[in-house]
Parts: sequence; structure tokens; C-alpha cells
Amino acid sequence: MIFDYNVVLDSLPLYFSGVLVTLKLLAISLAFGLLLAVPLALMRISKQAAVNFPAWLYTYVIRGTPMMVQLFLIYYGLAQFEAVRASFLWPYLSSATVCACLAFALNTSAYTAEILAGSLKATPHGEIEAAKAMGMSRFTFYRRILLPSALRRALPQYSNEVIMMLHTTSLASMVTLVDITGAARTVNSQYYMPFEAFVTAGLFYLGLTFILVRLFRLAEHRWLAYLAPRKH
Amino acid sequence: MLNGYGATIIDGTWLTLQLALSSMAVAIALGLLGAAFRISPLRWLSGLGDAYATVIRGIPDLVLILLIFYGGQDMVNRLAPMLGHDDYIDIDPFIAGVGTLGFIYGAYLSETFRGAFMAIPKGQGEAGQAYGMSGLQVFFRILVPQMIRLAIPGFTNNWLVLTKATALISVVGLQDMMFKAKNAADATHQPFTFYLAVAGIYLLITSVSLLALRYLEKRYSAGVKAVEI
Repeated sequence: MIFDYNVVLDSLPLYFSGVLVTLKLLAISLAFGLLLAVPLALMRISKQAAVNFPAWLYTYVIRGTPMMVQLFLIYYGLAQFEAVRASFLWPYLSSATVCACLAFALNTSAYTAEILAGSLKATPHGEIEAAKAMGMSRFTFYRRILLPSALRRALPQYSNEVIMMLHTTSLASMVTLVDITGAARTVNSQYYMPFEAFVTAGLFYLGLTFILVRLFRLAEHRWLAYLAPRKH
Repeated sequence: MLNGYGATIIDGTWLTLQLALSSMAVAIALGLLGAAFRISPLRWLSGLGDAYATVIRGIPDLVLILLIFYGGQDMVNRLAPMLGHDDYIDIDPFIAGVGTLGFIYGAYLSETFRGAFMAIPKGQGEAGQAYGMSGLQVFFRILVPQMIRLAIPGFTNNWLVLTKATALISVVGLQDMMFKAKNAADATHQPFTFYLAVAGIYLLITSVSLLALRYLEKRYSAGVKAVEI
């Protein structure tokens, strides 16, 4: 027998609970990552070195080191310090879910900040001048003109980042969480059928990737229709 | 340095660099092949190239590594007896790592190369054909040299991602610097120190690569006017 379907069918419930864990990790880290990325991106487009530099350094360091190292630094590394273990945060920081979400959110915030900064810099001059001509305050200008316009235009690149993050969440299986990859590893250790176990995990990720690509295409259709090439 | 673990980590760094460079060589070969398939006018060849790029890029690196390393080993040992080979075959983690990372990043590079090939004016290839060059000659003499300049930015990105992905190979037992750091962290109970050191080394590697590739891009762009906005 070259491919054992029974093993896969028997463990489908485990895979589906893994899908839920993967989606939960993805949603939480993307939400917090985006929240952190907006101020970082605004810092990255500042002309004042004192504002720009810290954000540049943050994104440079995060983007220059492997996600796995960052995850291990947070999950295994923080326990090295007595002060961390004694603090009121320890119950949270000793949880694999919290550590994974924290590491993923910090990671995606750096990548997203660079995407947003690029999109903010590409804001058409006319939009900025029009806002000034209307006498908008700085805050109103950011809220009504700059951010909505830049966030929309960042959508195609952000969809890539979201798919990268979906794939990154597979690292959660290394800190004891049972996401899709974790489910595959459990199946592998139960039946010793690595090929079946990991092919199934791969198919689940492939399915999720296609769904996300589809959703982003719909989102682009909704929010970027004004930039689409003319059809006639 | 580092409680006496400095030297082993440096050893691991060397292995990481070897792994990254060898995988990149495999990835470039597969990427060129994939891109050549995808721009081919033959429907089944371009379909094959597209399937390679889409499937590989849709699955996480870690899952592919586990699949190819454990699943591949399992498959080899299930198939080998049918071919009359009865000993258990053990795959070397370095070879498996190079093959796996090369196979994965070949898919990403095929996308980069395809975009670069498509940006070369059509007349260039046609001129080569008019001179009586064969398809392969046009590909290697006309298209590839011009494609390099256009592919460098995408290549830089892929190289950085690949370098960082080498850390994942430690999961299947290759003794790269991540593996060594994990051992040192377990022995000394100082995980933060060792993972921080490894993070620093990775940052150094990516920074040097970034500078080198930026220089290369400048060299390859000699004679091309940069657009000022």
C-alpha cells in the first residue's frame, strides 16, 4: 500500500481542530500586528531622524532574523530571567499560545509597517494638497485622507504578508501547540506514517491559502476597484 | 566566550552558510528551469511549471521540510525493497536540507525569474533567432544575461528568506547553529543568551548579504539610466 487513506480519514477530526488553532493564531497575530504596524509606518515616513530611526531599527532587526529564533527567544529565552518569572506577567508568558501570538504579532508588525510605509510614501501629491487646501488639521488629514488611501493601496502586498503569516503559524507546532502542523506531527508519531501525515497537512494549508487568495481578490474588487485597469 | 560554547556555535554558523549557499545554487538551477517551463509556448510545460510554483508556494516551509525529510525517507524505504534493496537507507540531513530548501526556493525564484524574463523586450530574443541561434543559445546568451539585472531585487529578497529558513533544518537534526544553540541552551539553562547570539549572527549574515547584493545591483545596472521621480 503506497498511500494509506484510513490513517488520514481517522485523524481528520484532529486536523480540523488544528485548522481552528491555526486560524486563531493567524487572526490574533494579524490583528495585533496591524495595530502596531500603523504607528510604526507613520514613524518610518517621518523626516525626523529621532522618530524614524527607532522604527527603522525595529523593522530591520525583526526582518533580519529568523522567525524561529524570535519565537524561541520569547518562549524559552524569557524564562532565563528571575525578574520575568517573578512578575505578574509570568502566567501569560509561560503559556505557549500567548508567546506564539506575541512572537508572530511582533514579526508581522515589522513586515506590515514596511509595506504600509511604502504605500504611504506613494500617496499621490494631489490628495495631500487637496487636504491642505481644505484646511484639514493634521489628525483629520491622517484619518480621512492619508491612512484610508494608503491602507487600500497596500492591500495587494498585504495579502502576500497574510499568506506568509499563515505559513509562519506552522512554527507554533514547535512550542507544543497542536495546529495543522502539530496535528500532522501527532499523527506521524502515532502511526509512523510521515508521508500521509504531512501530505494531508500540506493539502490543508494549500486549501487555506487558496481561500485567502480568493478573499483578498474580493477585497481588492471592493476597495481597489477605482485603480483597476479599464475594461473597455 | 559564551560559557565555552562560542566555538561550537561558530562551527554551526559555518554549516548554516554552507547550507544556505548550496541550497541557493540548487534553487537557482530549479528556478531557471521552472521559469523556462513557465514562459514556454508548450501548454503542458508551462502548466507543469505553474503547478510547481503554485503548490510549493502554498505550503509552509516547515511542513515541506518535514514531508520531504521524514516522508521522503519513509517512501525511499518503502520503495527500495521492491527494487531489491533490503538495507535501511538513511538520508543525510545536509543533503536532504539542500535538496528541500533548493526545491522550495526554486519555486519562489521561478516566479522572480519569470517576471524578469517577461520584462525583456521581445525583439531581443527575435534578433537572436534571426542570427540563427538555437533556442538554448538564445536563452543562455541573450535572455539570461539581461534577466539578471532585472531579477536582482527579487533575488535579494529570496536569498534573505532562504538564509533565515535554514534555521528550520535544525528540526530534522542538522547540526547548524540553531541546533548548536539549542544544545548549549539546554546544557547551561541560558536560552536567552544563546538564541540572542544566534539572532545576532543571522542579522550579521543578512546585513552583509544586503550590502553585497546592493553593490552587485549597481554593477549590473551600469549603463542603464536610473529614473528619478
